[in-house]
Amino acid sequence: MRKRSPYPYWFVLPAAVIFTVLFLVPTIASFWFSLTNWDLFDASFIGFENYQQFFSEPFLLRGVVNTLFFAVLTSGAKTVLGLLLAVLLTSGMFAQGLQRSIVFFPVLVSTIGVGLLFTELMHPTEGVINLALGAVGIPGPGWLTNPKLALFSVAMVDIWRGVGLATLIYIAGLASISPDYYEAARIDGATRLQQFWRVTVPLVRPATTTVIILSLIGGLRLFDLIWAMTRGGPGFASDVLASVVYKQYQAGFYGLSTAGNVILFLLIAVLVVPLAFRFYRKEVDQ
Amino acid sequence: MKDRLFQTTALTAVFAVFGGALAAQEMTILVDNNPDTVAITEALTAAYTAKNPGVTWEVEARAGGAEGDNIVKTRLATGEMADVFNYNSGALLQALRPSRTLEPINDIPNFGNLLESYTQTVSDGDGNVYGVPHQAAMGGGILYHVPTYEQLGLEIPTTWEEFMANNAQIASETDKAPIIQTYRDTWTSQLFVLADYFNVQAEEPDFAAQYTNNESKYATTPAAKKGFDRLQSAFEAGYFNADFGAANYNDGLRMVATGSGVHYPMLTFSIAGIQQNHPEQLNDVGFFAQPGDSAEMNGLTVWMPSTYYVPKGGDHTDIAKDFVNFVASPDACDIIIEAVGASGPLLIKGCTLPDDVPTAVGDMMPYFEQDGRTAPALEFLSPVKGPALEQLTVEVGSGIRDAQSAAELYDRDVEKQAKQLRLPNW
Repeated sequence: MRKRSPYPYWFVLPAAVIFTVLFLVPTIASFWFSLTNWDLFDASFIGFENYQQFFSEPFLLRGVVNTLFFAVLTSGAKTVLGLLLAVLLTSGMFAQGLQRSIVFFPVLVSTIGVGLLFTELMHPTEGVINLALGAVGIPGPGWLTNPKLALFSVAMVDIWRGVGLATLIYIAGLASISPDYYEAARIDGATRLQQFWRVTVPLVRPATTTVIILSLIGGLRLFDLIWAMTRGGPGFASDVLASVVYKQYQAGFYGLSTAGNVILFLLIAVLVVPLAFRFYRKEVDQ
Repeated sequence: MKDRLFQTTALTAVFAVFGGALAAQEMTILVDNNPDTVAITEALTAAYTAKNPGVTWEVEARAGGAEGDNIVKTRLATGEMADVFNYNSGALLQALRPSRTLEPINDIPNFGNLLESYTQTVSDGDGNVYGVPHQAAMGGGILYHVPTYEQLGLEIPTTWEEFMANNAQIASETDKAPIIQTYRDTWTSQLFVLADYFNVQAEEPDFAAQYTNNESKYATTPAAKKGFDRLQSAFEAGYFNADFGAANYNDGLRMVATGSGVHYPMLTFSIAGIQQNHPEQLNDVGFFAQPGDSAEMNGLTVWMPSTYYVPKGGDHTDIAKDFVNFVASPDACDIIIEAVGASGPLLIKGCTLPDDVPTAVGDMMPYFEQDGRTAPALEFLSPVKGPALEQLTVEVGSGIRDAQSAAELYDRDVEKQAKQLRLPNW
């Protein structure tokens, strides 16, 4: 027998209306518009032509590869660095609260502000980074103007900006590990390194799952930092799916850019849903 | 007696209320946030209010560039447009679907003041004209640093070979950058390609029509591809400023005004920017058209100015049209010149420029005064214009991609626009 909801229908009505009007209708509308030639004034049905066009964009493949590279790199780095920083910041050292705040501060700053600031710092001839490198005799590269480096430079900034959030989640995760485990490990003669690998890493798994999924989704749909720093350039070197979609939208190809958004949505779903499913199931198994 | 007084007072009050409502008409005008545009619009609306005290204007500024395109399109599509707004002429106007969204202005009294070379860039296929210019026409070519030319004894080049020879001399005799490029503002990278159009049409007079009909392509028309080739050769010769990938438009103006760079391919509306940022050096900056293969066929590629339009279905269309009618008068030209200076020829009959124009403007005017020495840029002859050109020219100018491949990719890029406009043959 189906379990009955303890709430009467009228109770869920407001939420259902909001969900329908603000989420369900736009989602369905965007699937429809992605099948049309739409200039905001008229939309005529053209089947899957937008999808065809989007996949034949010469720069699209580059954008997809860049998106995956960026998401995996930043997500991996945030997970590893976040855990290490969290361990460091829970080890009971001097001015811990202040240090935690300092690690978290970049999360609070506007992304556009961070992007513009680093664009100045990474200026090839007048930026502080290259001036500092020049002072010790190393010729600095064009961080954002060299097509091979641009995406990597943006990824570094994104890691700096986002690692604070990962650290915070890990600190909460570490706090939930009972000290008894460490005590037992110490009695068994485990070294600090063994404690880290055998106790800390397995027991913060829920935090790891959250960090990986959040940062992976964040990386896949990242737009503001890239737009503030390189606008996908030089040329198309640091284009990601979101910036490709935005440029189609700017150019007035509304149907085409909607198709791009649907593709981005599907890509995130295809990557993240199985991942989340797998991670959370393992947790239950434990 | 008391009643009488009361009645009079009441009547006066009624008149005051209704009379006031009739007289004070609040109008809105939406323009891009370029300082010159805002200054011009404020001066013109103030002058209109001085003549028509009952009408006041609220000037609303919006973002420029592609972001502004979206604002304009969205507000037109949702019927929320201001009483008057400004936008590009030429290919970009066609994307607004003018015959559906804009009010034709063929019937304003000053219509005859508009030059035909201008009206054909703001009209639809049926002869309806939609706009009035609020700026001077622009040239696309090369801004150059006059003192460096004098110091090295260089001549104004009339062929691309002479231009490259000048660059070689600048490179060997000074530590200045022969050519300034500013790819932080990607749109600035397109000039070598777009400003080459005079040379394209000199060799291939039918290119624009064939291009619109999907018969001619950049990659397979040697004259058209040369713009890409020229950008590539300038990069390969190593003539660009060291920070060309990170410099922005304002850096470019500073470099050409102060002489740390010598040539800056640019549109002449930038002269107003130099006047604002570097007034001391204004007359150190000269201008010449982008040279082509032959000295006999040397001329200027011209951009039509930004334009005021009246949307269809507004509440005060008659006042809005009266305002654009006022802008199409020689009086309005004087107000524009007073507000931002003279940056080129105005497209209203009866308008004259003052005698003391900046050097670069003085250099540009002779092209307009001789027959056959100007040609409109391609975007004023064909609605086909792709959005990725500026990324492709950044790639060619940075050595990431060669000219042939960029031209081929641009040919594919424009297909989207042609399909969106539902042009035949695409």
